[in-house]
Amino acid sequence: MSQQIALRTDDLAVTYTGNRNVEALKGVDVEFPENRLTAIIGPSGCGKSTLLKSLNRLHDIQSNVDVSGDVLLEGRSIYDTDEPAPEIRRRIGYVPQTPTPLPLSIYENVAYGVKIHGDYESKSDLDDLVESYLRKVNLWEEVRDRLETPAAELSTGQIQRLCLARSLAVEPDVLLCDEVTSALDPISAERVEETLESLKTEYTIVMVTHSMDQARRLADEVVFLYLGELVESNDTRSFFENPQRERTRSFVRGHTIAETDGDETNENDAEAESEPADEPVPAER
Amino acid sequence: MEESIESGDADRRSDRLGRRLLVERLSSYWLRGAGYFAIGLFCLIVLTLVHRSLPLLAEYSLVQMLTSANWDPSQNQFGFLPAIVGTIYVAALSMLMGTPIAILVAIYIAEYAEGRLKVIVSSFIDVLAAIPSVIFGLVALLVVVPFVGNYLAPAVGASATGLGIFTVSLVMAIVVTPFMISLSVESLEALPDELRESSLGVGATKLETIRSVLLRAAGPGIFSAVLLGFGRVFGATIVPAMLIGGQTQMPDSLFATGQTLPTLIVSDFGELMSIPITQSALIFVGLMLVVVVWFFNFGAMLVQRRLRRRWQY
Amino acid sequence: MDRYVKQRLFGVLVRAATALVVGVMLLVVGVTIVRGGAALLGDPSIVFTPPGSRYMLEGDGGFLHAVLGSIFIVGPATVVSMVLAISTAIYLQSDYSSERFSDTVNMFLNVLWATPPIVYGVFVLTVIIAVGARTSLFFGIVAIAIFQYPIMTRYTDEALRSAPETVTESAYGLGATRFETARMTVRAALPGVIAGIIMGFARGIGDAATVLFTAGRSTQMPAGLFEPATTLPILIFDQSTSFNAEVRSHAYAASFVLIVAVLALIFLSKLLAGRFARYAPGGRHS
Repeated sequence: MSQQIALRTDDLAVTYTGNRNVEALKGVDVEFPENRLTAIIGPSGCGKSTLLKSLNRLHDIQSNVDVSGDVLLEGRSIYDTDEPAPEIRRRIGYVPQTPTPLPLSIYENVAYGVKIHGDYESKSDLDDLVESYLRKVNLWEEVRDRLETPAAELSTGQIQRLCLARSLAVEPDVLLCDEVTSALDPISAERVEETLESLKTEYTIVMVTHSMDQARRLADEVVFLYLGELVESNDTRSFFENPQRERTRSFVRGHTIAETDGDETNENDAEAESEPADEPVPAER
Repeated sequence: MEESIESGDADRRSDRLGRRLLVERLSSYWLRGAGYFAIGLFCLIVLTLVHRSLPLLAEYSLVQMLTSANWDPSQNQFGFLPAIVGTIYVAALSMLMGTPIAILVAIYIAEYAEGRLKVIVSSFIDVLAAIPSVIFGLVALLVVVPFVGNYLAPAVGASATGLGIFTVSLVMAIVVTPFMISLSVESLEALPDELRESSLGVGATKLETIRSVLLRAAGPGIFSAVLLGFGRVFGATIVPAMLIGGQTQMPDSLFATGQTLPTLIVSDFGELMSIPITQSALIFVGLMLVVVVWFFNFGAMLVQRRLRRRWQY
Repeated sequence: MDRYVKQRLFGVLVRAATALVVGVMLLVVGVTIVRGGAALLGDPSIVFTPPGSRYMLEGDGGFLHAVLGSIFIVGPATVVSMVLAISTAIYLQSDYSSERFSDTVNMFLNVLWATPPIVYGVFVLTVIIAVGARTSLFFGIVAIAIFQYPIMTRYTDEALRSAPETVTESAYGLGATRFETARMTVRAALPGVIAGIIMGFARGIGDAATVLFTAGRSTQMPAGLFEPATTLPILIFDQSTSFNAEVRSHAYAASFVLIVAVLALIFLSKLLAGRFARYAPGGRHS
């Protein structure tokens, strides 16, 4: 079956030019099909987050990063263009790894991007938008009575869903998610996964994850990176059941073994470290 | 044989342990003392100043002194109003000139400058912050005073020698700006990058990110930097003493000479120290400074806690 | 497109503000160096010559008294203050005190840190009057030490706070006592501690308000611990408005000496901080 390609990279290379040069991505060609959820996996330090951030020019805000090659959104370059970066970032949204509320109320967090772009007619129009996107991420029922309270008072899991709503509210064509569940406890992570599951038929989602299980559960397509190079990309089923490359095979196998006996402790750790699901985050003193 | 060596070792170790524990105990007394020193010093200062202010407060009404414009210690007239008004003028004017610049420069250093340029600019700010205030006073006498006296004041239709409230405010703005800059840069740089990424990620421009997200998140820190800067101008002594003209009168224009509370101490302490009631009056000025600065400090702390709790990131 | 124009204008604005502040800094340093350098080049010996008998009127002799006074007052004051500051910072950071007590002490330190130097001057003078002594080198040392104490404590406290917790844990893990552990923490934070002490020294050497009424404002060579003395900032303060051009030029020359000393101290603190950084975990290895 032929899939419409929403986003693709063309020989994309990223170098960190700090004290010494580090080639984080070495010429990657990868395609992200429309209205599918693509998971980027690979061992830590393999360039997953680097790839994700170069997809919507977030490296622009760091001084010591060199990007070469190109990223094409619906066939048009996002680097070699007259369109300003903020406009590109509106079309390619980004949700960071750490749940990050803007220092605004819950309502204003969702309305932030919409207001900036002026994409609404009236106050009631904006109210409707906020409500519909909060519903979309299954957060509306939990927060409808306290829209004006600071977003920071929500639990980390709720904040992460709020971040999703905030990004969706500007109606991006593509949504980039950087390990959005890794900072959450298992229960909140599950809710965020459910949200992503329900969104993936409507949006092109690119998600970085360190968990094979999550990729297997959620993704339609899998991209496997190793040391800054693309090893294999395929649809999820073929990727896991019939890996083409030796490296993929050993990674999938190694991980399956490691995860089956590591999973238990991992989950316990996560539970011990993060906040219980629906408790507000304690204020910093 | 072996056993005795071992027991010798053990003895030596327990000897050593005894000595170490003794050092531990003695040092803990000393360190505890050092911890209490800060509190003790502050209390001693406040109590001494209060005690020495009592003779004045016993004899004259506080309200009357704070609202009287007549300052003439040799006639036992202690009206603090001119100095209070002068201090408020200077503090307000300096902050008006210094704050916007300080915030802009802090934004430049934290959000715009990169690499070497950033290092150079911030070390320039450090140098500016470390220059002794007496040198600011000297340079101002050479540069600012002639400029204000010959060009600026005549241009706005005031006649002035160049010494006066405006000159002091301008120079104090220069003195506190680097101080406010470094505190503001600290609070901006403490913000996590995710905050910038989140805002940029929904398509905000850099300016929008700075204005609606970063300044808001760093707001408590910047606000307390401004309050601390205000306190600093309030208590500044050397620059005002060199540049204000030293006349205890109600200032009638921005370019008028005047007096601030600290300069009152400087100009009158020398000669009038021998008269107990004058001495008491000047010590009372010191007390007022402590109280006001304490108030600002406390305010800054409170604001920081309150706002941070409300708008955490 | 409007928002992009705004954004560009703002970029110009922050750069202009920065250029202004940097320009002012260059102006202040430049004027001091040029005017002071000119006065000093005319007769470099004034730095090493004691003042003459009619010094304040005619500027005969030089200002060795103020140079020595500054060294004799700020040197000992820095040592006293350093010992107190490091001790207080250790007490605040280590396991000697409860968190609540640390908070309280910190609050008092913040207030002391923000207290205007003139208040310390008035305080010490009040003490001088109360004990019936007269202004002297000794009370200058006391006043400057009090002034430096909160500054140095703040720097040291910050440095200790940034030392990694693993150092503390490792030291305890080896069976070290609290004191031995604290010494290790100080060592790990040494670059910051040393930089803080030098900055405290620089602040002390530049301050006039604390010593104006306490050191004696003398115009003669310092004769002893309990004799009046003066410092460079006091000299500049007193002589910059003199009617005699020669006396005034001494103030310019003194400001040259002072600013060079302060700049050298800042430079030294950065240099030493870099050099000691190799003791700090994660620091530079050289």
